[in-house]
Amino acid sequence: MTEELLTSGRMNPNIDPYLNIWHWHIPVYLFLGGLAAGILFFAAYYTITGKEKQMPTTVKWATFIVPAALIIGLIALFLDLKHQMYFWRLYTTVRLESPMSWGAWTLMLITPLSIIWVATYMKEVVPGWQWKWKFLDTAETWIIKNKKGLAWALIVLAVILGIYTGILLSAFNARPLWNVSILGPLFLVSGLSTGAAVIIWMTKNHHERKIMSRIDILLIIIELFLVTHMIMGFLAGSEVKIATAQLFLGGQFTVSFWVFFVILGLVFPLVLETLELRGFKIPVAVPAILILFGGLVFRFIIVEAGQFTRYLY
Amino acid sequence: MRYAMAIDTNKCVGCADCVVACQTENNVPVGYARDWIAEIVAGTYPNVELEIRSERCNHCDNPPCVRACPTGASHVVEGGIVKVTPEECIGCGACIQSCPYDARFSHPDGYVDKCTFCDHRVKKGQDPACVAVCPTKCMYFGDLDDPSSDVSEAMKNRKYKALAPEAGTDPHIFYLM
Ligand code: SF4
Ligand code: SF4
Repeated sequence: MTEELLTSGRMNPNIDPYLNIWHWHIPVYLFLGGLAAGILFFAAYYTITGKEKQMPTTVKWATFIVPAALIIGLIALFLDLKHQMYFWRLYTTVRLESPMSWGAWTLMLITPLSIIWVATYMKEVVPGWQWKWKFLDTAETWIIKNKKGLAWALIVLAVILGIYTGILLSAFNARPLWNVSILGPLFLVSGLSTGAAVIIWMTKNHHERKIMSRIDILLIIIELFLVTHMIMGFLAGSEVKIATAQLFLGGQFTVSFWVFFVILGLVFPLVLETLELRGFKIPVAVPAILILFGGLVFRFIIVEAGQFTRYLY
Repeated sequence: MRYAMAIDTNKCVGCADCVVACQTENNVPVGYARDWIAEIVAGTYPNVELEIRSERCNHCDNPPCVRACPTGASHVVEGGIVKVTPEECIGCGACIQSCPYDARFSHPDGYVDKCTFCDHRVKKGQDPACVAVCPTKCMYFGDLDDPSSDVSEAMKNRKYKALAPEAGTDPHIFYLM
């Protein structure tokens, strides 16, 4: 048997003994970005298909969360920066090779658009709401007339944002856990599912809840499939990938991953939502909260565990 | 022009003089290091082999750190040296995540710092501080495109390797074996 023992004289703070450069900010940012992408996707989709009347929560009420989620996410991202005085540098260049760069630009576009979207529903949501200036009324009328165009822009940006939350991580070749192409779709599906959960939780319309529950069930099943696929991919990979799989198969993330994410965050809400559709009395808040909790835990685990995986020592 | 370094693992004794020389030359904050020593023990007693390596940024030809940088703060200069401009760096950490060698760190002042191949010395025709100070003369620096440079000469007729070539970075620190 051959043993390899590596010792390194390096002890740089936050780099050794294992990388710890990204803290809670990044998972929170990825979670809120995914959630916002999910809600916007459904809102835009049902607007494009002309179902605004049947899906009022999806198209209107739930979208009020989006600007808040995006802004809090951006604040989290800002807090994570270590050279904050130079934050504006993000917006002096477009670097297509850098996911961080086009993520920043996507957010720059989608945040104001989502605010415009919400603004067009202000009058319906707040009785007696009046815009202070006349030109805002004119603008509103024009936007409402072109609502479908706005919806198209948002649906494209929502998909980019949802995938981006995964690609931000999967672009890092140096972290074997993140460097899997399935992470983009997985984060997108998970983001859509958290978005659907919020809608299910908020809606009082029975028909709408039924549709969104069906969609959510499908999304959770896809997510379970992608997660299994990801772990199998690691096991079939090179040495560093196998070591990555071990983190979830006996290693230090085993319990948090399987118990908190897979069972509590996916399987349990899947069962509850299915039972609810079958007519059992289940408070909708329960599966919704579990899905949101699972989505957040999932992002924390992936960001944290990814920094444990490396090539050398 | 392509700067590179070759380090003779048979001559290196792991004294860490290169680490101290770099810290002094480049004013590296206390507790941080731009270069470091790795010791690898392989095999089972009594058949053990020891390899000592002085490591640093590999000034990769395909640098993922430069690609990951959203502002262009991480960039490549003349001769393939990878550098960071502190006034452009926002401290997002993307480059730190992207380096398979973990050669970068977050400077206490906020920006990201790493080995520069002592380009301020190289410009003057001097060797990097680590190379200059090595008591066993195990490090060679120079232009890989010039067949008569120290580094090209050192690599002639010797077996060598680079670290984690499977990461696809095309590293330019070579270890003579
Ligand atoms: S060793 Fe790391 S920091 Fe240096 S060029 Fe390569 S990837 Fe970038
Ligand atoms: S930390 Fe600085 S050098 Fe590194 S990727 Fe971010 S902006 Fe670029």
